[in-house]
Amino acid sequence: MIASRKERRLAREVGGILRLGVIVSSAVIVLGLVPFLARESARHADFHEFRGEPAAFRTVPGVFADAMKADPRGIMQLGVLLLVATPFARVILCLVEFAHARDRLYVGVALLVLLALSWGLLGSG
Amino acid sequence: MSVLAFTALLFSGSAAAGLVGALTGLGGGVVLVPLLTLGLGVDIKYAIGTALVAVIATSSGAAAAYVREGFSNVRIGLFFEIATTIGALLGAFLASRTPTSAIAVTFGAVLLGSTAFSWKGHGAAGVQSPDPLATRLGLNGSFPSLAGGEQAYFPQRVPLAWLLMVVAGAASGLLGIGSGALKVLSMDTVLKLPYKVSTTTSNFMIGVTAAASAGVYLSRGYVDPALAAPAVLGVLAGSAAGARILTAARSNVLRLVFTAVVLVMGIQMIVQGLRGAV
Repeated sequence: MIASRKERRLAREVGGILRLGVIVSSAVIVLGLVPFLARESARHADFHEFRGEPAAFRTVPGVFADAMKADPRGIMQLGVLLLVATPFARVILCLVEFAHARDRLYVGVALLVLLALSWGLLGSG
Repeated sequence: MSVLAFTALLFSGSAAAGLVGALTGLGGGVVLVPLLTLGLGVDIKYAIGTALVAVIATSSGAAAAYVREGFSNVRIGLFFEIATTIGALLGAFLASRTPTSAIAVTFGAVLLGSTAFSWKGHGAAGVQSPDPLATRLGLNGSFPSLAGGEQAYFPQRVPLAWLLMVVAGAASGLLGIGSGALKVLSMDTVLKLPYKVSTTTSNFMIGVTAAASAGVYLSRGYVDPALAAPAVLGVLAGSAAGARILTAARSNVLRLVFTAVVLVMGIQMIVQGLRGAV
């Protein structure tokens, strides 16, 4: 069953990229959470009222810039962004794998999903 | 409450949400949103932003195991992700033009009804012969059965399931949560997939559905790092435990847990819709 062996390879790679995304993002989150708690653990936690995040935490470049300044919150937000990027990476990996296997139908399927995803991101402004 | 105590509570609550989410294919927003708003007094907008990120954590954390072990079907997931992402875009487009409270009530009622239907119709899985369209699309597969060895399955009625997935995506775009429930139900009752394949493939898909709308919530300032960070870590711990439990669990037990959670969710939606809180 060559088809089945191909499917297993695909499953291994997809599982692998999901695991990588999870490990990297949680490591970055821990890196931010530890200094955050060391500094602010005794402060009063208040999320009663919605104030909206500062501009730096609303865009990808903003988060990167803040994390580079070693701000614990910025580092945590960067970890969160890496997690959000994981499903995208998974769809791109599928696209590459199907292209490699010359599976035209599923190259098309993966492209359509990617297109709709990017539309959602760009259209959101 | 101090930040330390708050973080510890949020971490443990998120672990529970991740466990339930990974076992049921629902993502866990149904647990996390009430915990944040009612339990910890967090504003609903922050709660939604946190839950969205937590759903991605549940999905990626558990799917890493489910895909490797052969439960989630990657082709079925990807093929129906076209429908759910298009549906999500449609939902986002409609969101400003339709009364979401009416939609929440309708959707809650649909959930309650279809859960009852899934109990009536189950037990027929695994006895069908290959469907020509599903075969052409490469959707047939097999999964590790409890008895050991692989058990083959053949998806049925692909076009109807595709339409339902558009509805599932639209519901998530309109209401923020609830796409997992319709995904599981349409794979279970329409495609007639084995139960574990339905829930784990839904779990695999919800990460992409949530990521599709993550950009919107991030740019609106709904995602707070002090909330999202402990939630993600908790959910990852919980979903890893859930993935281990699912492998050895009986389908009937999983179906029971799913039904209980969806009943709570359906009632939650109807109540919120009637109160105009959506």
